[in-house]
Amino acid sequence: MSLYRTELRRLGKRRFTRYMTLLGLLVLAAVIASAFFTNQKVGPDQIAAAEREAKANYQQAVRDTEQARTECERVKADGGSVSSRGFPENCAEIMPPPPEAFDPQWSLPPTFRFHEDFGETLLTFAMLLAVVGFVVGASYVGAEWNTGGMMNLLLWRPKRLTVLLTKLAALLTGTAVVTVLAAALWTLCFWLVGHFRGTTTEVTPGLWRSLGLTELRALALVLAVTTVGFAVASLGRHTAFALGGAMAFLVVGQYGVAIALSLADVRFPDAWLVPTYAMAWIKKQVTLQDYQACIATPTGGCMPDELTITWQQSSLLLGAGLMIALVAAMWAMRRRDVA
Amino acid sequence: MSAVLEIEGLRKTYKSRRRGTRNALDGFDMRVAAGEVHGFLGPNGSGKTTTLRTLLGLIRPDGGRMSVLGHEVPAALPVVAGQIGAIVESPQFFPHFTARDTLDLLAGAGEVPRRRVDEVLEQVGLRDRAGERVKTYSLGMKQRLAVASALLKDPKLLILDEPANGLDPGGIREMRTLVRDLAAGGMTVLLSSHILGEIQLICDSVTIISLGRRVAYGPVSEVLAEHSHGSVRVRLESPTDLPSAAELLDRAGIKVTAQADHLMLAGVEKPAMVSRLLADQGLYVSELAPVAADLESVFLDLTATAPVPGQHRQVDQSTKVGDREVTKGGWGA
Repeated sequence: MSLYRTELRRLGKRRFTRYMTLLGLLVLAAVIASAFFTNQKVGPDQIAAAEREAKANYQQAVRDTEQARTECERVKADGGSVSSRGFPENCAEIMPPPPEAFDPQWSLPPTFRFHEDFGETLLTFAMLLAVVGFVVGASYVGAEWNTGGMMNLLLWRPKRLTVLLTKLAALLTGTAVVTVLAAALWTLCFWLVGHFRGTTTEVTPGLWRSLGLTELRALALVLAVTTVGFAVASLGRHTAFALGGAMAFLVVGQYGVAIALSLADVRFPDAWLVPTYAMAWIKKQVTLQDYQACIATPTGGCMPDELTITWQQSSLLLGAGLMIALVAAMWAMRRRDVA
Repeated sequence: MSAVLEIEGLRKTYKSRRRGTRNALDGFDMRVAAGEVHGFLGPNGSGKTTTLRTLLGLIRPDGGRMSVLGHEVPAALPVVAGQIGAIVESPQFFPHFTARDTLDLLAGAGEVPRRRVDEVLEQVGLRDRAGERVKTYSLGMKQRLAVASALLKDPKLLILDEPANGLDPGGIREMRTLVRDLAAGGMTVLLSSHILGEIQLICDSVTIISLGRRVAYGPVSEVLAEHSHGSVRVRLESPTDLPSAAELLDRAGIKVTAQADHLMLAGVEKPAMVSRLLADQGLYVSELAPVAADLESVFLDLTATAPVPGQHRQVDQSTKVGDREVTKGGWGA
């Protein structure tokens, strides 16, 4: 227990931990500020302005149509080819769109609907904190190996797995505390954004339960990615091993794979990319579409083929990755000499 | 006297597909008695640090047995770790923490009372600089901090690997005094150093290692006596007689090195025999003094690492015990 408390203190004392956490929180704050300033409340004035804009757009379309029809008839009277100018053979067919086509809804300014939009923001929240967790986790143990701190500690506590897992426990505790507090602030801030720059109506107990579960999944993702960063850095005994590995994985394993799959004309190439599974984990499911396939509809139309990835499938993949990294780090800690 | 540390037949082999096999420790033995200051000497790459790391559980041995304070290690290390204070090789600390933070965290991890932090900071002379970041410290100050961290547990066995590295002359003397005081207080100290004059001054006994094997051990005085090779300095009443005396002694099978005003003899078992031999020929001795070897010359002789003009000795070139030949060790040996 004393080792655990000491590791918590060590984690909190590290400047890199503090700076990275602060940086992550500042980026989250910037996202909130951006949402606040780019949205606005929709009232009678905004609706009236939107209706005016829709009406003006319709009138402009009528004028443009009239002008096109006149031009078409002129070309026809001159004996020219109307089709070469892009007009139909019968100039009377050039008609303005109906007034209903100009929905004032489209002209409304962006507004934050908490019940619809907040869930989407949790993906940004989870991804950002996961990146922070990965870097902090990697640096926390990587710097210990690099500066000889781990060796010093093992001279005091010659139980390697206990030391490694206690460090991990302290790291996850710190990450969980920061994530939970940040999630609470994130929710509150977006509630306020909705209140002042949108709407917070239609929020039911069911929606809160759903958002709570999404935030729990976001917490799990952050902790899992943090653990992977910690485990990979411990495996390579250097922070750069994890950061370089992550970079190589993204560049080669993700962008490279994506390009290769698209060149090979593979169906649903996104199904081979890890971020898709992270997204499915947070959003409960992701539906991929293959626009090259045609699924016939009863009305004679054509629908793209679909592949749905669920959070359960994601949990298997992400869990397997987590376990492989952690077990490898524990094995290396137990077997390799500390030289 | 009971042994605090015993090592028997310790072996550690490094294997590499490209460079073959290297025996870092090749059946190494060591014994350190309770309450003594024991010097641990060896050329670079001879296996000193590997021995210490193996003893402390950082390296897994391939054979042999070790015991510390009566417990077999590494199995019983969790039991005895609280009684062993150690610094291994150069001091390494997290550069952005202060010395006090560094020791405070170690004390927390080892369940040592916090008051010990101030005590050891005082002991190593870092009290007034304890609040500064380690990255601002000189090598000597880091060395002091390393010693402080080793002393934090108030250990029964203190292992110091090159503790005088980077210390100024005053610091070296303070370190010497500190080690002697600790030993006087009942602490057993195992001291690895290349400053052989220091070892000779403060150690009760020594172990010398070369290419992973022990080449000499025992009380310092015995090791020196054993390897003095009967060196004797001879002066005559008349220096002009030195050439004829040298010729006479040479014929008697004594190795003679002529100097300007005296002769240096080696391999003399009984100095009185020299006196008689010369007197019989009318050559009268004005000085006949056995010359005691110092630890440095014994070390260089035993490990065959004395510099030879015109030659560049390689790191793993030293004596392998058993054949007493200079062996080129290293990878592939």
